[in-house]
Amino acid sequence: MIPSHLKKLSDAPVESICLHGGRIIDPANKRDEVADLYLHDGKIADPNNLPQGVNWRTIDVSGQFVTPGLIDLHVHLREPGQSAKETIATGTRAAAVGGFTTIVAMPNTTPHADSASTIAWILQRAEETALINVYPTGCISQKMAGELLAPIGSLVKAGVIAITDDGNCVQNNELMRRALEYTKMFDVPIFDHCQDYNLSAGGVINEGYWSTVLGLPGWPAIAEEVIVSRNAMLSELTGGVIHCQHLSSSGSVRIVREARQRGIKISGEVMPHHIALTDGDTEGYNTNFKMNPPLRTKRDQEALLEGLSDGTIEILASDHAPHCEYEKEVEFNYAPFGILGLETELAIFIKALIDPQVLDWSDMLAKLTINPAKLLNLDKGTLTPGKDADVTVINPSLEWTVDKNQFQSLSRNTPFHGWELRGRTTHTIVGGRVVYQS
Amino acid sequence: MSTVWKHKDLLAIRPLDPAEIGLIHDTARAFKEVLGRSIKKVPSLRGKTVINLFVEPSTRTRTSFELAAKRLSADVVSIASESSSFKKGETLKDTGLNLQAMNSDIIILRHPAAGAPQFLAERLHAGVINAGDGAHEHPTQALLDTFTILEKFGKHDAPADQKLAGLKIAIVGDIQFSRVARSNIWAMGKLGAEVTLVGPTTLLPEEFRHLGVKISHRIDDVLAEANVIMLLRIQHERQKQQLFPSLGEYISLFGLTHERFKRCRPDVMIMHPGPINRGVEIASELADGLNSVILQQVTNGLAIRMAVLYLLTGGSGPQGVKA
Repeated sequence: MIPSHLKKLSDAPVESICLHGGRIIDPANKRDEVADLYLHDGKIADPNNLPQGVNWRTIDVSGQFVTPGLIDLHVHLREPGQSAKETIATGTRAAAVGGFTTIVAMPNTTPHADSASTIAWILQRAEETALINVYPTGCISQKMAGELLAPIGSLVKAGVIAITDDGNCVQNNELMRRALEYTKMFDVPIFDHCQDYNLSAGGVINEGYWSTVLGLPGWPAIAEEVIVSRNAMLSELTGGVIHCQHLSSSGSVRIVREARQRGIKISGEVMPHHIALTDGDTEGYNTNFKMNPPLRTKRDQEALLEGLSDGTIEILASDHAPHCEYEKEVEFNYAPFGILGLETELAIFIKALIDPQVLDWSDMLAKLTINPAKLLNLDKGTLTPGKDADVTVINPSLEWTVDKNQFQSLSRNTPFHGWELRGRTTHTIVGGRVVYQS
Repeated sequence: MSTVWKHKDLLAIRPLDPAEIGLIHDTARAFKEVLGRSIKKVPSLRGKTVINLFVEPSTRTRTSFELAAKRLSADVVSIASESSSFKKGETLKDTGLNLQAMNSDIIILRHPAAGAPQFLAERLHAGVINAGDGAHEHPTQALLDTFTILEKFGKHDAPADQKLAGLKIAIVGDIQFSRVARSNIWAMGKLGAEVTLVGPTTLLPEEFRHLGVKISHRIDDVLAEANVIMLLRIQHERQKQQLFPSLGEYISLFGLTHERFKRCRPDVMIMHPGPINRGVEIASELADGLNSVILQQVTNGLAIRMAVLYLLTGGSGPQGVKA
């Protein structure tokens, strides 16, 4: 049963809406002003040329922020095959509550999303059950084994908007080179989970002081940085577009910064947990602090913030990774990597980026809207008249306490349970359909 | 002002304060006296149930805990990983809850994963004793090691955090993967000793400097000054992981050979938590020599484990040990 404040996309009517009195923040158009925003026929309406005879539903959003619908390009929806952890229905409910109108689903499902038929199944399932826009990704390699190229052309035809083996990292540099060359034909980026398996073998937390004290096997930052470097070099060689997922270390930021300065088509993303938590938070062996890549040091955190501030890192995302409670309730070494993200993401970013004035609202929202849209070649992420009426309304001052038992996600694996946060989505509108209203 | 034991569990040395370590030592001293009698049994834990849950192989520690519980008149059951339900895929949580449902008072856990005893302790009201978890800690080993050192070198009138003040202790070998080293680093440091870790760079990362100890990669720089040399077992597996090229090279760089022993202080105390690789980390004869306290460590281990079991089940300290 879907709670009444949430609606499946297919059940929500396209409405003509006037969002009245809010502060419109539209980074793509460098717009930041108090004004009304009109949505009509599933599109953003031109306020100077409104259609006549429309019965507008006026929603008073004064004191709130009206932004392009948020985009999270790194989400694990777990369907098909792992629906005890999450489904497209529950994952998109979580996304709607979190303010996201578009999410990108990772391909490490069961089976892997490495064939056109699996992509077709995901898209059909999304059409039947999703609350927001779901775009699938397809694998780089068959079964994500890192050995043979997946049918990338067929995957693109079937509807994927990026190619990735996320969860795994292609270790074979030759295969990665060919993947980057081959995808150039299709205008889709490659996303890479950057992890050298020899250097990180067995590692479960950052290699450093805390792995030493806790006696847990270390996953050193160099295992990420070696692959980020590799990706920069292969992108330079091939001209292919490479996006490095969940950057966690200061060295990675430096490598991406230098590569971008040289014009290489490389980008990076940062997750809420890597800037809100450090490896010291693992002290109690709580498996809700176990994710891949692991939490790193204060110094790494500062480098990530600097990279976000100077524009080296243009994208924010969650790596929403649901796992069942019983799967996480085991010895730290044996627990699966990953934590939930969608329902706490925005408020954690406010706490970690807005409150300490690392970014202003417009800069932060750009990294959650127009920047990921551009990387994905999606015609979204703006409030320009004529574009899709994907809109998020945020109450920036609403104070709330994270309660994992109130989550829409099927899973409960969050390290933020009990945190007192500020800022929350009040309306999520997808193509003029109100799918979530607090 | 006497210290009282206020913890349900014994999971690690790091969170203990020096007075708590002192309390365990003092209590162990009283039990050691009991162990020297012809009737070596006291009724302190009569009616209590102690479970030895060993998810990783062990002879010495398991037997020591089992005997300690028996000397205290507890009912004790030992479970080894080969025969346990772990083989059938039962989780640690469920195993713990089942053992607790049989009204166990104490669960002693040896486990290959760091943090497993804490995981269990947080989910049970029974007391949990860490008998070694991954590369994290082995608290009773450090308690018995420091007890053994105190017997020879201890400043018994000094405050709790100065009992080993001025003493130079070298711990040599595979530090990175050693829970014994970690527990001893904390225990020796809390008692005021000056600890130097010695080992190849690959088995002794720089991070250890932040644990309040010195580190060295040249055993010959450390030997002459050391009052105590503790050698750790070298696992052959580390060689497969390319952490050092060969045992021969390890011996030549870090082994306590006869040649090196000649340069040690005449009263140097040689320790090893066992099991020893004769001829690798230590020359065989030195393990049996007059400076070696390897078997005294084992004897003291029994007294330490009696003290820990006693304190965790509500025992009041050395004054409570029945005369």
